[in-house]
Amino acid sequence: MSRPERILVAMSGGVDSSVAAALLAEQGHEVVGVWMRLHDVADTVSEFRKSCCSLDAAEDARRVAAQLDIPFYILNLERDFAEGVLSPFLGAYLEGTTPSPCVDCNTTVKFGALLGRARHLYECDAVATGHYARREVSADGRARLRRARDRDKDQTYFLYGLRQGQLRDARFPLGDLTKPEVRAAARRHGLVTADKPESQGICFIPDGDVRAALRSRGGWQPEPGPVVDRDGTRVGEHTGAAGYTPGQRQGLGIALGAPRYVSRVDPTTNTITLGRREDLETTLVAVDGVSFVAEAPPAGPGGAFRAAVRIRHRAEPIPAWVRPAGDHAPPARGGRWLIETDSPVWAVAPGQAAVLYDGEICLGGGRIARTAGDAGVLAADRAATGGERVSVA
Amino acid sequence: MLPFLGAEFGNPSSPHAWGRRARAALDEAHERIGAAIGAGPREIVITSGGTEALNLALKGAAWAGKARGHRILTTKVEHHAVLHSLQYLEKFGFEVVEIPVDRYGRVDPDDIEAALSERSILVVIGHANNEVGTVQPVAEVVRRVRAHAPKGCLVLVDAVASAPYLKVDVTGLGADLVAIAGHKLEGPKGAGALYVRAGTHILGQQQGGTQERYRRAGTEDVAAALGMAVALELAVAERDATARRLRKARDRLTAALVALDGVESTGHPKDRLPGLVSVIVRDVDGASIVVKLDLEGVAASVGSACTTGSAEPSHVLTAMGYPEDEARGALRFSLGRTTTDEEVDQVVELVPRVVKAACDAAAALAAERAAAAAAAETAARAAEPGSMVRS
Repeated sequence: MSRPERILVAMSGGVDSSVAAALLAEQGHEVVGVWMRLHDVADTVSEFRKSCCSLDAAEDARRVAAQLDIPFYILNLERDFAEGVLSPFLGAYLEGTTPSPCVDCNTTVKFGALLGRARHLYECDAVATGHYARREVSADGRARLRRARDRDKDQTYFLYGLRQGQLRDARFPLGDLTKPEVRAAARRHGLVTADKPESQGICFIPDGDVRAALRSRGGWQPEPGPVVDRDGTRVGEHTGAAGYTPGQRQGLGIALGAPRYVSRVDPTTNTITLGRREDLETTLVAVDGVSFVAEAPPAGPGGAFRAAVRIRHRAEPIPAWVRPAGDHAPPARGGRWLIETDSPVWAVAPGQAAVLYDGEICLGGGRIARTAGDAGVLAADRAATGGERVSVA
Repeated sequence: MLPFLGAEFGNPSSPHAWGRRARAALDEAHERIGAAIGAGPREIVITSGGTEALNLALKGAAWAGKARGHRILTTKVEHHAVLHSLQYLEKFGFEVVEIPVDRYGRVDPDDIEAALSERSILVVIGHANNEVGTVQPVAEVVRRVRAHAPKGCLVLVDAVASAPYLKVDVTGLGADLVAIAGHKLEGPKGAGALYVRAGTHILGQQQGGTQERYRRAGTEDVAAALGMAVALELAVAERDATARRLRKARDRLTAALVALDGVESTGHPKDRLPGLVSVIVRDVDGASIVVKLDLEGVAASVGSACTTGSAEPSHVLTAMGYPEDEARGALRFSLGRTTTDEEVDQVVELVPRVVKAACDAAAALAAERAAAAAAAETAARAAEPGSMVRS
């Protein structure tokens, strides 16, 4: 085992982070547990047992910390969460895109605000979480993010935004374990959370009603607007475009014979466009705000490279070319790149993460900028040598 | 106390020998608690703690007084057991007036007098504040109420924080209702008592059996009641000596704290609980100092005990006029009967280092936050259309 460290463990009250803390303590590290209070759901004694963020969850984390005999604190990071996760989440939906709040939470809260407090307040060397992911450090000190041994649980999709300074001080004790092994470890340690069900959905919307949350937290005032079919025919009316996601089939109340899916959400015209299944296929995806774990693209600034891309959590990575979007080399952080997949991907949702892999290694990723419906425009845009920005759908 | 957790398992309401022995112990608890505060045994209602005693007093007095009026006066710096109970009563049509306090957290009896009306039925005031330690002019408030409020307007004194250190004599205080708690006296948690002056009518808030003269139905916790009685007696016996000693220790620790940059003492400088040190550390979150002290083995607290991590600043400090950001730097040390001078020495030595470390941490975090925001800004600018203009 590596030299003993002093590690702050983000304990949600779920089985994964409970076992992460237990394993580190067992390995001889000095472990401090912390439960992050991130939003006002913490004031509820949750009827929604799936949320990781209720008062009950904090109690579970506290119980596990007591079982492990480690110090335990509740840390209020509501302000950091509101700025780094909640407000981008609401903004994305109100702009007609589909946010990835877990990505933001990892980069700005867990390995942002929490890591800062670990270093300065709790005097810890690192922050550990119950993520299923692996971290490798080469001889020259560079850290790489590697997919978890449990392929089904792998959470590198949500961690692509980590950079060297963050990954170096991140610890993922569950990376080499399968979920059944984690449950077994929890039982072996007699942890009260051993048989707790998986948390699901968005922690700050425990009832899953995104549209209600947009109204109450984002001040959204929904207005009815047209639902149009692929050829532009108006086929119905929606009660507010925000909250719809490409690929979504349910909830529109429209029957057109052949199955129809949301293919595009346009907030400027308040229009939802439908398409057949095949209309939602594309091989061209633009990504914004690209970040590389290594802090530089694999083929150098502006160089095209091969990678496998995932456009959603758990999707099979699809081989692709990744090229700069435009004539100039994009900046090492925050640039726009184009991904051209070898085979089509389906229902690409703007706002969601597109994450790049080289085999087992997560290279980085960005946020999807445009829908499949814009692929033609995008290709033309590219032909015109890098062109103006096409309106983000 | 211990036999009543084991062999003496009888229910004090039972008609057999075990029940009689339990009942005798419970009677003894009433007598001893009453004697310690100058009350008779039948004037004591044993409860599950300070919060229940306050709830019973507030709701019991409010409902009993409803025919005469609906106005209840209190201060802005009371414990949540008082303020939240009153918010609950407001939903039923009671009118609650929260009197402001000065920068030390002290209420002006003139303000109480001015707020009294023909419809006033209850005045509630804390003997000493649990967060900043300020002692209220309770006797004067009682005099004003007696002189200017309609007959039948009751006075409830919350003596939970003060009972271990200040003389709590119900005759001297002149109050109709006085609440105390076992755990503050180093006695058992889950024990409290409400003094109800003989002849004062309050409505019981839980119904069932005839326990506590109909004022609190439910089988009594005999062990906790006796434990609290003993703890109260011990506190009273050593109270003056304890207070003298703690006052010195308190002033020593306060001096060590306020000598640091950006630290100021809160609450009244003299008229305060002997063992309570309360300060504000500027530009630092008090919770972060508490964490650092805990990691060093020192138990401190921000405002009041809170387990949900809420970032709400203390209502006591905001009522005293501190802006929210300053109130977040609240830090409180409670010294008690068993606190030794050596322990105080250790904390006096440790505190400057810990407060400085917390200040440095806060500054470093603020700098990192600014740097991260700047980096995100640069990245966002890079993604803007202007940086990719058609060549």
